[in-house]
Amino acid sequence: MPKTFPIGGVHPSECKISRGEAIKPMPLPEVVTIPLAQHIGAPAKAVVVKGDKVVVGQLIGESGGFVSSNIHSSVSGTVTAVDNFVNAQGLRQAGVTIKVEGDEWLESIDRSTTIVRECSLEPAEIVSRIAAAGIVGMGGATFPAHVKLTPPPGKKTEVLIINGVECEPYLTADHRVMLERGEELLIGVEILAKALGVERCYVGVEKNKPDAIEHLEKLAKEFRNIEIVPLKVQYPQGGEKQLIAAVTGRQVPSGALPIEVGAVVQNVGTTLAVYEAVQKNKPLIERVVTVTGKSLAHPSNLLVRIGTPVSALIAECGGVPENTGKVIGGGPMMGRAMVNIDSPVTKGSSGVLLMSESEASRPAEGSCIKCAKCVEACPMGLEPYLLKVLAQKQRWDDCELHAAADCIECGCCSFTCPANLPLLDYIRLGKGEVMKMIRARAAKK
Amino acid sequence: MNKLVVSPSPHIHGKLSTNRLMGDVLIALIPAFAVSIWVFGLSALLVTAVAVATCVLVEAVIQRWCLHRKETLLPAVLTGVLLAFNLPSNIPLWLVAIGSVVAIGIAKMSFGGLGKNVFNPALVGRVFLLIAYPVQMTSFPEVDATTGATPLSLAKETLKQGGSVSDVMASLDYTDMGIGLMSGSLGEVAAFALLLGFVYMLVRRTITWHIPVAVLGTMAIVSGIMHGAHPEEYMSPLFHLLSGGAILGAVYMATDYVTSPMTSWGKIVFGVGVGLLTIIIRVWGAYPEGMSFAILLMNACVPLIDKGFRPRRFGKTSKK
Repeated sequence: MPKTFPIGGVHPSECKISRGEAIKPMPLPEVVTIPLAQHIGAPAKAVVVKGDKVVVGQLIGESGGFVSSNIHSSVSGTVTAVDNFVNAQGLRQAGVTIKVEGDEWLESIDRSTTIVRECSLEPAEIVSRIAAAGIVGMGGATFPAHVKLTPPPGKKTEVLIINGVECEPYLTADHRVMLERGEELLIGVEILAKALGVERCYVGVEKNKPDAIEHLEKLAKEFRNIEIVPLKVQYPQGGEKQLIAAVTGRQVPSGALPIEVGAVVQNVGTTLAVYEAVQKNKPLIERVVTVTGKSLAHPSNLLVRIGTPVSALIAECGGVPENTGKVIGGGPMMGRAMVNIDSPVTKGSSGVLLMSESEASRPAEGSCIKCAKCVEACPMGLEPYLLKVLAQKQRWDDCELHAAADCIECGCCSFTCPANLPLLDYIRLGKGEVMKMIRARAAKK
Repeated sequence: MNKLVVSPSPHIHGKLSTNRLMGDVLIALIPAFAVSIWVFGLSALLVTAVAVATCVLVEAVIQRWCLHRKETLLPAVLTGVLLAFNLPSNIPLWLVAIGSVVAIGIAKMSFGGLGKNVFNPALVGRVFLLIAYPVQMTSFPEVDATTGATPLSLAKETLKQGGSVSDVMASLDYTDMGIGLMSGSLGEVAAFALLLGFVYMLVRRTITWHIPVAVLGTMAIVSGIMHGAHPEEYMSPLFHLLSGGAILGAVYMATDYVTSPMTSWGKIVFGVGVGLLTIIIRVWGAYPEGMSFAILLMNACVPLIDKGFRPRRFGKTSKK
């Protein structure tokens, strides 16, 4: 039996239509808008002003604290604005707009394709390079990578797990990275392991990517301590807590971080960025984005500069199909519907998914028949049907009692509900209120 | 371009729907229905048709004019079929209609309709008829030239009058009981066909194994202990499992989503309770058959069971 997480889970149709498409560099756009907050934590502070000339890799936003991240220019050209722009959710957010002129890179960046295996840096130097390069979790959570690599005092990291699960339907960016950049990826794993001082590294890959498993297993023979772990196909295996449980059997307790069980998890894309930052001195300025959809002319995996408008990516793949009803940033289970498709690609953009009008609308709601399918599906062992009612009745204390804060918002409950109830919508509401209560209590102490 | 839809995740939905779940239960009942038509003839068809038609009509009328909403009618079809399966085939059709009105009108819709009822509607309908019209509800047509008594009432009478288990078994045959050649309600007779439907529902993941296995397992163990201690006073486990709608009740009635617990352990506790009560009523109660009462009694305990048996939370096991 292949490994998997212990409770719940669902099996959405995979729909990985772009799995066979090799990573293709996206042509440079005319203008990029680089948000100053592309990560969890404090926004970066702009260090350029309107009219400045910048080159690729130049620092344009300085980290605003420990839990924050640097922002670099992804293009060369002239800064035309350091101002608010409208992001994908239709909200105003600070960003740096740059008019693209040529493609001039910082001298210090090694742009050759030669693979550099040896890394002689000390762990602390590796972490500071990763912090300097502005690397954040590229699976979507955008948690600054250097913070994860700095365990709190008294905690010991025992295992490093690389998340190559990509359990979201449609998305294939990580799959392509594992296939095409496998060796660099594994060097990245080695570097991360050195930074953390761990002896055991696992790369978790679901069995629906047999080519990636085979390829990485072949490469892993050249590396000490890296084991490829094939996992049973089951959503949400890519959830951090689920992946740790699947690979190590350890369950991260409620409200705790993975380090509590001695684990650190990094995404495949992040690990590749770590390789490039440490061995090639290249900051995080581009990423692989899956652009896909059943009606899209050419679903692709594009290597995109951060800040490129999403609409340019869609145009590169054949343009917005006539029947489009929804554009999603990320996958269909956890991604966010976009209000503004001219908003930029960020460090956390793993995919752009176009859905037709018929796919976009939600089916009509019925009555809860207490079939318990949501209870069976919940990977955290919660009772979604109950939390929904409690949130509807605004019984926030009861929401907390029934662990609304444990919800990872994977969407299994809403996905499986035969009555099409928007369970997760209400649980999110309850979780939000519970988190407010928890924070208020912490502030009083 | 058109206006874009903006809604929270998830943006896709699985294939499950209430209609599909109900449809799967109905499909699972087809073999048993076929057997009942084979055993009882066209009257089985007629009873089922009247029950289904009345249930759907009552549900539709109440939805439209009392609750002011429109919902799927398939659950009402299922209630109709299950009620019919719990009735003798020679019952007057007007009684079938009354039972259906009680099932849907009183047991289901007066609680607020689909998903809100506490008790299994089909069983409420059946028990109402059993208490109000005991004669019509307990006279069964003759099957295969045997008497009109069900195996359970035969056992009850024989044992009460001082007879032994071998006296009861003299006129019964387990093979006939297994395939449905015995006296009884429409749907309870065909153990084999009912189990076929159970397998179908397990494969389709319509229900989980917990409740049926807990009910039948408890019945087998308890009656097995009693039979083992006094083989001539208490009927054998196989007799209990094959008679009196034990399988129909355990697989199709006790597993009703609305009136059964939410978690695996809760379902097991519920099933054990049903099995235990069934044997107690059958052996020491006034009625020969105890499944309906046992399920209804346990239905009343479901909110309590749901409170006591929570799902296993992620992250809880490693700590303790």
